[in-house]
Amino acid sequence: MQEVLQYLFSGLTNGAIYAVIAVGFSMLYSATDLINFAHGEFVMLGSLFLVTLWGAWQIPLPIAFLLTVACVALTGLLFERFAIRTVRKPQPIVLVIITVGASIFLRGVAMILWGKDAYSLPPFSNQPPLELAGATLLIQSVWIIVISLLLVFGLHLFYRRTLTGKAMQATAISKRAAWITGIPAGLMVLLAFVMSTGVGAVAGMIIAPVTMCSYDMGTLLGLKGFCAAMLGGIGSLWGALLGGILLGVLEALGVGLISSALKDGVAFILLLLILYFRPGGLIGAAESARF
Amino acid sequence: MKQRQSLPRKAMWITILTLTGCLIGTSLFALPALAEEKYTIGGIFAVTGRASFLGDPEKRSMELAAEEVNKNGGIDGKMVETVIYDTEGDPTKAVMGVSKLLNKDRAITIIGPSTTPTTLAVMPMAERAETPLISCAAGNKITQPVKPWVFKTAQSDILAVAAIYQHMKEKGIKKVGLLTVSNAFGESGREQLREQADQFGIQVVQDENFGAKDTDMTAQLTKIRSADPDAIVCWGTNPGPAVVAKNVQQLKIEVPLYQSHGVASPKFIELAGDSAEGIYLPTGKILVADLLPDSDPQKPVLKEYIQKYTEKYKMPVSGFGGYAYDAMKILARAMEGAGGDKAKIRENLETMKEYVGVSGAFNFTKEDHNGLGPDAFVMVQIRNGNWKLVE
Repeated sequence: MQEVLQYLFSGLTNGAIYAVIAVGFSMLYSATDLINFAHGEFVMLGSLFLVTLWGAWQIPLPIAFLLTVACVALTGLLFERFAIRTVRKPQPIVLVIITVGASIFLRGVAMILWGKDAYSLPPFSNQPPLELAGATLLIQSVWIIVISLLLVFGLHLFYRRTLTGKAMQATAISKRAAWITGIPAGLMVLLAFVMSTGVGAVAGMIIAPVTMCSYDMGTLLGLKGFCAAMLGGIGSLWGALLGGILLGVLEALGVGLISSALKDGVAFILLLLILYFRPGGLIGAAESARF
Repeated sequence: MKQRQSLPRKAMWITILTLTGCLIGTSLFALPALAEEKYTIGGIFAVTGRASFLGDPEKRSMELAAEEVNKNGGIDGKMVETVIYDTEGDPTKAVMGVSKLLNKDRAITIIGPSTTPTTLAVMPMAERAETPLISCAAGNKITQPVKPWVFKTAQSDILAVAAIYQHMKEKGIKKVGLLTVSNAFGESGREQLREQADQFGIQVVQDENFGAKDTDMTAQLTKIRSADPDAIVCWGTNPGPAVVAKNVQQLKIEVPLYQSHGVASPKFIELAGDSAEGIYLPTGKILVADLLPDSDPQKPVLKEYIQKYTEKYKMPVSGFGGYAYDAMKILARAMEGAGGDKAKIRENLETMKEYVGVSGAFNFTKEDHNGLGPDAFVMVQIRNGNWKLVE
């Protein structure tokens, strides 16, 4: 029993990380119909910027946090402006391949800037791990879970309650119609990029203290996040959250109850099953159910 | 009409092709004649990529050793030239690099690659070309079974495992849980850990693994904890084992944690922070050169290497560069009097005795192409963020 609880805790921590990454994928997909395969690299940038700003330069955490989001979002903005916007024939396949190229590019740049070594960061707050019926949970895991929930909830409010959010949704449904009603569609796409990469940066920062940060950490995280997004139903915020946590918990249970050799297999078996039986994901099976 | 016209054109193409063929041919034949003034030694290391912590210092150390050889008048009066390619830790690139070294650069011998998978990929090529290869990787599949043309200077996992189990035996540890990384390094360690356990009266009670890029190993550790071992052995290279160390502290697992020589660098202490306290690991003597007793024959060699390396590169020495340094020095000795004859060099390597290098005292034989004994490893413990020799 105590073991199972520990597996659940372990799964929740990993799951919340996958969820935040999945949210980034979903947001961008719903606004632009684009899967950004460089998303994992933005997560990596978030971690490494925090390593520099908080770890090396000793800037207080809240300021470093905001600065990192700003830096990474700026990178996302430049990415949209120079790599995506300039494409003459923006067919989905071309854009997806551009994102793959961008991920290799960003990884290379990060390798030059931060070197090939891994870095570690202290947790956000220095308390002993929580204990519950013999199972332990790191305080940083609590941070991860709380921040990801707040993030998803905040985004939900943004889409439902603000005019900008609604305008973004409108752009997602039809760029042309939105443009006719006076919504600056191009600006909305740009905003989607900035927000999605900003969310990626948050994911990178909250996981930095539990894992080690290095220039090549983004690829696998990006793939797992993509899996989680597909699992929950890409384009849906709550789906991304559900998919991420489900993936994390199942992975941990797979390790604990079956074999640790299966850990990465679980994600991809799930992905295959979901694509086969419920291509729309757990939430948002109908094609219109975006957000 | 058309056909008749194409005939002269065909003839023209054939002439051009033959001419270029001749040109390439003559230039190829001309190469060895030019190269006779010096010996070309190939290096192939993972200078960039995930295994760069191995390849980068190895490349530097090989260059350092070659420089020394040349400063002392070269080999039989001929200078040594090194040609080094980067594998990026990728077996495909290693194969490409070795074929370039063999065919284009006409290397007499090859030092490297840095990792076990890349070495396994290029070994057949060295065998086919009958060119000595001195690998810098740890996996014992490289020299077991013995391949005539393949040697290695890095300590085998066999010795590292033996050092760990010997220490456990002395501490009265009977049951161990294993947590190994799922790549060639981890698999090789896992195999040895399982194989040698019986000899030391140790029982493996739980056997788990983790991915090289995993961010959390609490699930595996929980499973190991429930099997109630006396000690846990983690086998991997950074950063995974640092995460394991942190998770062990988080789960408040009280039994001792052993790590492999794969993390024997200050980087591990930096990554794991205070969770590194109390961890035992086997390491080559380079990490603790200052702590060694003066009676140790390796001490002067180590001091010289460390001094030269830090002087030349203005950076602290790594535990891994010594493999390439030893390889180059051993090779230089084997090449003396061989006149560039590969078979003779191979023979000299196989019969080399009592060469005291950075990684240990080498005694190569027909059956042992690694040549190191159990004294190549010492056990250390991390205390107050530093290494302490374990008696």
